[in-house]
Amino acid sequence: MSALLDVSHVGKRFPVGGVLSGKEMRAVDDVSFAVGEDGPEIFTIIGESGSGKTTLARMILGLETPSSGEIRYEGKLVTHAGGRERLAFMAKVQPIFQNPFEAFNPLKRVDRYLESTARRFLKLSDRAGVDAALDGALQKVGLSLAEIRGRFPHELSGGQLQRVAIARALIPNPSLLIADEPVSMVDASLRMAIVNLLRELRDVFGVSVIYITHDLATAYYISDRLIIMQRGRIVEMGPARPILDAPEHPYSRLLKSAVLSPETADSATLDVSAELVAASNRSLALANTELVSGRDGRLVRIEK
Amino acid sequence: MADILNVDGLKAYYLMNYFGVNREVRAVDDINMRIGRNEVYGIAGESSSGKTSFIKVLAAAIRPPLRVVSGSATYHFKSGDIDVTTATPEEIEAVRWRSLSYIMQGSMSTLNPLRRVGHIFEDFAARPLGLSGSAFRQRISQHLEKLKLNPQILNAYPHELSGGMRQRVTIGLATVCNPEFVIADEPTTALDVVVQKDVLSLIKNLQRDMGSSIVFVTHDMAVHANIADRVGIIYAGRLVEEAPTRTLFTAPKHPYTAHLVASLPRIGDTTQRPALEGRPPNLANPPAGCRFHPRCPLAIDKCRTEVPPLELVGPGQRSACWRWRDVVPLTGSKDVHTAVTA
Repeated sequence: MSALLDVSHVGKRFPVGGVLSGKEMRAVDDVSFAVGEDGPEIFTIIGESGSGKTTLARMILGLETPSSGEIRYEGKLVTHAGGRERLAFMAKVQPIFQNPFEAFNPLKRVDRYLESTARRFLKLSDRAGVDAALDGALQKVGLSLAEIRGRFPHELSGGQLQRVAIARALIPNPSLLIADEPVSMVDASLRMAIVNLLRELRDVFGVSVIYITHDLATAYYISDRLIIMQRGRIVEMGPARPILDAPEHPYSRLLKSAVLSPETADSATLDVSAELVAASNRSLALANTELVSGRDGRLVRIEK
Repeated sequence: MADILNVDGLKAYYLMNYFGVNREVRAVDDINMRIGRNEVYGIAGESSSGKTSFIKVLAAAIRPPLRVVSGSATYHFKSGDIDVTTATPEEIEAVRWRSLSYIMQGSMSTLNPLRRVGHIFEDFAARPLGLSGSAFRQRISQHLEKLKLNPQILNAYPHELSGGMRQRVTIGLATVCNPEFVIADEPTTALDVVVQKDVLSLIKNLQRDMGSSIVFVTHDMAVHANIADRVGIIYAGRLVEEAPTRTLFTAPKHPYTAHLVASLPRIGDTTQRPALEGRPPNLANPPAGCRFHPRCPLAIDKCRTEVPPLELVGPGQRSACWRWRDVVPLTGSKDVHTAVTA
């Protein structure tokens, strides 16, 4: 089965300073991966702020044009799609945003937002058809149209709103969801509800998810494969659990060492290992690097 | 351990009167709490659980419509006792920053973008410290070294610093006067994981050096596990459980705590995690009886009508639940409803 999404040698450079300074920042640097080669999966992009993970997501959604390389969805370039093709692409690849409170217009009822999505993508015009589509999508996330009809965003809790946002993304029956930090603004007790929902979407409805996060614990919990990004470069890539159990690249090891959990509470010190920080900074400075295969079918970036 | 703070029967409501309609939001409802000297006390709770209103009272920032209805919050500082619910503005001014300090959440909005860091320190600490000129500069530089910051940053503007450095500066501002009591409101929430751990370690080290007490507020239980000596869980304006950190994580005695602990994902464990259904109650119209009963898998008729008292259930552990004897730690592998002995 061919890949759903194929990202090949994608780079994005932004000019820094004035036009004349000639300086550039590489937000994303030669990134390649494929999603959904063997059926639906949760593909995780891990990185800190400034790692280029959001820029990458914007390029996949076609909101940003890559400076180099190409992104293909079902074999078609995502950036050159226009008009009807673009609409078809948008129906298949849907975003979920970080902050549900900002994603909704506070002056509009949430069902209107869902309704406009249904009308636009499903080309429905009759009330009964729209309602059926909305209810179907809301059922998938554990809500129902009766619960949210006529409600304004402030009348719903953060967890409910985020679920409505996911339901909205599900209306055009997409095969790929791009979820950029979907749980970082949600309370701890609701976080697992959202994460479990993403898992269920993959298992029950066959939707692939690109899950973008800096939280290694939820990444371990739901992902099939992942990439770890440092300043725009992939430093480690492959099956999620072997990598998070035993990361090889210094930066991945640094990230893992910084994860807090009740089990780490007994360690006498909270200090971050200076050795790991130095090692990960060294790897950042290397200019000539390549990804080579390591244990358990992973790829790790090392010096050439 | 001597107490530095005694909170007794504290009730703080938002009282509003719109067009003759009275509305009250019971954000803090009958909280009793003692915090010892040299202790890190963690406060956990969801958004809209009233934890921010509670620390507003502790930080002596009680402004209408928030009003203290009854109860007291008394600090035992070296300079004397002060009850922040009745103290005059002058009395509060005398202890603010010197004894009672506050680390704010968003470091980007705390620091004045138009002032250099050195000037911010001057605006902030010159008066409480009673120093000026080179003596003041020297004191600040010494303090910055403790925070592993280069004194050069005194000449920088906030936007020139990274997020982690800015958060260190805010911590520096809050601790420069060696306060006896520090309130830290989600100080690491917006930070990356590596920086977060670094900042936590800094707070812990500073606390050891200065021997002050810290109230640490965050909704991230993993952070509490690593920094707090004791943790209190606030749900819908009430303290529902309080215990030494280790006990809280291994033997919670309130269904809400059990759920919070069980829902933490861990690396190395992929078993299904339970998620709590429902939403936090509306504090303007909280449910009768135990406020957790609509979401509680253990709820019985008594829970719907009678408010459970916060009672001692183990060494240093208090829980407000009629059925605390039946609460067992949940494990991820089981369903939330079956893991609890009915």
